[in-house]
Amino acid sequence: MKILLKNGIVYDPLSNVKGERMDILVENGKIVEKFSSERDVKIIDCSNKVIMPGGIDIHSHIAGGKVNAGRIMRPEDHMYYIKEIEGRIHSGTGYSLPSTWLTGYLYARMGYTFVATPAMPPLSARHTHEELRSIPIIDKTAYTLFGNNWFVFKYVKEKNYEKLSAFVSFILKSVKGFAIKIVNPGGDEAWAWGGNVKSLDDTVPNFDVTPREIIEGLIRANEILNLPHSIHIHTINLGRPGNYKDTIETIRIAGKFENKKRQVMHITHIQFHSYGGTSWKDFESKSEEIVKELERYKNVTFDIGFVLFGETTTMTADGPMEYYLSRLTGLKWQNLGIEIETSPGVTPIIYRKNSPVHSIQFAIGLEIALLSNPWRYCLTTDHPNGAPFIRYPEIIAMLMFKKFRDKIISRANQAIRSRAIIESIDRELDLYEIAIITRASAAKILGLEDKIGTIKPGYDANIAVYDLNPEKIDFHSVIRAFSRAYLTIKDGEIVVKEGRIVREIYGKTFYVEPLIEEDVEKKIYEDLDYFFKRFYSVNLANYPLDTIYLTNPVKIKTETKIKEITI
Amino acid sequence: MIITDVVCPFCGCLCDDLVIEVENDEIKTVRNACKLGASKFLKHKKNRKKKPIIRENGNEKEVDFDEAYDYAVKLLLNSTRCLIYGLSNTSNEAIEYAVKIAELLRGYIDNTSTVCHGPSVVSYQTVGYPSCTLGDVKNRADLIIYWGCNPLNAHPRHLSRYSLYPRGLFTERGFLDRKLIVIDVRETDTAKIATKFLRIEPNKDYELISAMRAILNGLEIKQEKIAGVRIEEIYEVIDMMKSCKFGILFFGMGLTQTYGRDRTIDNAISLVIDLNKYTKFSIMMMRGHYNVTGANQVLAWLTGFPYAVDFSRGYPRYNPGETSAVDVLARREVDSAIIVAADPISNFPRESIKHLLSIPYINIDPFYNLSARYAKIYIPTKIVGIEVEGTAYRMDNIPIRLRKVIENNELPSDEEVLKNIYERLIENEDIIEKRYCVRSAE
Repeated sequence: MKILLKNGIVYDPLSNVKGERMDILVENGKIVEKFSSERDVKIIDCSNKVIMPGGIDIHSHIAGGKVNAGRIMRPEDHMYYIKEIEGRIHSGTGYSLPSTWLTGYLYARMGYTFVATPAMPPLSARHTHEELRSIPIIDKTAYTLFGNNWFVFKYVKEKNYEKLSAFVSFILKSVKGFAIKIVNPGGDEAWAWGGNVKSLDDTVPNFDVTPREIIEGLIRANEILNLPHSIHIHTINLGRPGNYKDTIETIRIAGKFENKKRQVMHITHIQFHSYGGTSWKDFESKSEEIVKELERYKNVTFDIGFVLFGETTTMTADGPMEYYLSRLTGLKWQNLGIEIETSPGVTPIIYRKNSPVHSIQFAIGLEIALLSNPWRYCLTTDHPNGAPFIRYPEIIAMLMFKKFRDKIISRANQAIRSRAIIESIDRELDLYEIAIITRASAAKILGLEDKIGTIKPGYDANIAVYDLNPEKIDFHSVIRAFSRAYLTIKDGEIVVKEGRIVREIYGKTFYVEPLIEEDVEKKIYEDLDYFFKRFYSVNLANYPLDTIYLTNPVKIKTETKIKEITI
Repeated sequence: MIITDVVCPFCGCLCDDLVIEVENDEIKTVRNACKLGASKFLKHKKNRKKKPIIRENGNEKEVDFDEAYDYAVKLLLNSTRCLIYGLSNTSNEAIEYAVKIAELLRGYIDNTSTVCHGPSVVSYQTVGYPSCTLGDVKNRADLIIYWGCNPLNAHPRHLSRYSLYPRGLFTERGFLDRKLIVIDVRETDTAKIATKFLRIEPNKDYELISAMRAILNGLEIKQEKIAGVRIEEIYEVIDMMKSCKFGILFFGMGLTQTYGRDRTIDNAISLVIDLNKYTKFSIMMMRGHYNVTGANQVLAWLTGFPYAVDFSRGYPRYNPGETSAVDVLARREVDSAIIVAADPISNFPRESIKHLLSIPYINIDPFYNLSARYAKIYIPTKIVGIEVEGTAYRMDNIPIRLRKVIENNELPSDEEVLKNIYERLIENEDIIEKRYCVRSAE
């Protein structure tokens, strides 16, 4: 199929195209410079329409054990959003926890074509991949949890980075993961006995390692294996007043490391980690301190994790935090401890305008986004923790128009004026910067800029066209346009037309396969045997999964000679 | 040939350490399995058919599979409301197709948890579900409670593999490091090995749990006996619960199917949540069929709801008690049904069976069971986990891939049958569209 998008206004930061009128040519799923022949070309007039590469969400809980546990636990959430079956396009339900078919459709409708689900426990990886398999249209990938793994504790304690890297490579290969995700390092292990870690230098009970050592060890393993993405970290004390100090400490760990190609640490949903004060009463924004620290450490990137007012579900692999939150709100709580690896939790939350804490949380996200360089961060709500992903257009409008921001601020609790700085910030992002934070920076941070995130010839044709004239925009038109893409093209097929799903196809699944020397890999076999025989409840032979669970798998190979690296 | 690491497709334990000896496609021996699991492997050839059977005017005739699919599709297209029921003894891959068929036909889909742990699911929608995996129990638990279940007979390897006997990292001495409390209405085999056994009066679980919560939250109880248990004993049990390091409460049908149903479970979960103020405590359902958890999970990710889903409005709707299989049948609302890997005729209430027998239904099952004997059309299939691979979920939501042990080239798998029916229904999409899509007809 050949498509010619004529005369659109293109924003493509990775190729440095800043709102130029251009024609985009698509043939056989790829973007091309010239058609092979001029026959059978479908011409679509895009004058006065914005063209961007397909959107990329770097951190969104769309599949896996805890997402589905949330779906089962919250039937009430499914009443807020329903979609009927239309011919071959499936039905679905769910607002903060959309069912899998609906997830794909809703992302495509916003012009998104790539989503990463950020917390896959290795033991239930098969579940995550089964769900990803039934998410249509978008490309997907999954980060693997390592922060509370007993093997990691053991090797970090022994300072045996060779074995640690071999283990990380074994797990990533076995479960078809993409990156190292660390959630509350050591905290989940403490939570298995009902406790938590309070600082980066607390000792994890029974294992004699500290969160700081775990983070450092895993950064080392990540650099040794030369993975495309850096470590993806959700640091300790999420959501607690005064936690900005721990975040700053965590950022400083990155100072010890260097990588010329990319960052060495990606801090996720940094908004939840930028709180000042000593209790909920003097809770305040510390976004300036965090931004200042991030300015000093250029090899750290982050995503925001905006909070918007309304009802949603929180879910994270940070078990103790979910318990703590559910006791605060008094709402239902689910814990899903996973042996040896992690301990996720789920609980609903309602962010209220009249709550001082929620209003300040809302402000912090915007503050960090507006004070930072767009190339350093991505737009996320840590779906569904801050807000469901279908509310991204509202965030885009808030970043682009101070007027709209002020309207919401005026309705929020007045604490937002005294204990946050959002009112004093006048910056407004333009469409180019929006294209950076929703596309280009995510592709770059993921280390996939050679595969996704731009509309250069040779790349897969993942394109979003929005019905928006950059010369005449206000927040109404921005929200309308970004909520319902005029066109979404995925792998050269038109999947969304004027906000309606017209075709169901299945996207790619990305995973990494780090190659290391065989004899290094063999060194961990003994430990694997011992751990699986003694502690796991499944056999080692039934642990790895093969590619039948992946739709159109794309393997990213990295090669390392561990022995040649001085560790 | 000896095949190792075979997964047992019998109960929710999904033991994955079976060793099976196969000779010329015959299973010779089964090692490591319990009596129940071993008999499923050794007797898998019993009660099987090789060809689909159609029943017309009191006559039975064997037909080809292609013919059977066409007949099934014709039957479905001639009906207006279809119920799909069962699904707990098959793989996730087959369940996905069942959901697609239900959606296309605007029918009902329900799995066996509706007559089993349905109340548990409903109650965890009210208060939550603080749980863990069986490996966590193995490594950490020093207090194990079985309430209303008898694993020694129903999940024979549960105690030895996961709960009481295994040695884990923090439970190096195995059962010497653990305490076992059993709460039941009769002295079961499990109760005989318990450190503490509370014998309660039938249907008084709710009372006992309420008393326990009251004591836990600092209230004093003046009665001498609650639910037939002496008050000192209740205090003793509460002390054991509060002082343990990692506790787990397993509950079964004895708790879900007594008076109060979901309210009882609701209370039990709240007890566990309260206990988390003092120590780490978790709760877990003892699931029966090997993939009933998977049936809940697949339905939840495709439709948003774990069971009892109604597609009549074109989108998934959920209201157990209204849209669950038993009620739909008792209200005589459906005029056709697909029964997949289940036997409702042998365990549904009488009113529901009466209606099921009066409508034409399709039975897809490896075994020629009671429901198959009254089906309009019976389609035999391969046994998942013995003759074909597939994914299933253990009772703690851990996915495990079932293995193939022997070849069977004569029969299709559940997945293939449902896929064939789905694809043939899609070919007749215009008929379905005309019937259900008022908008497109206008």
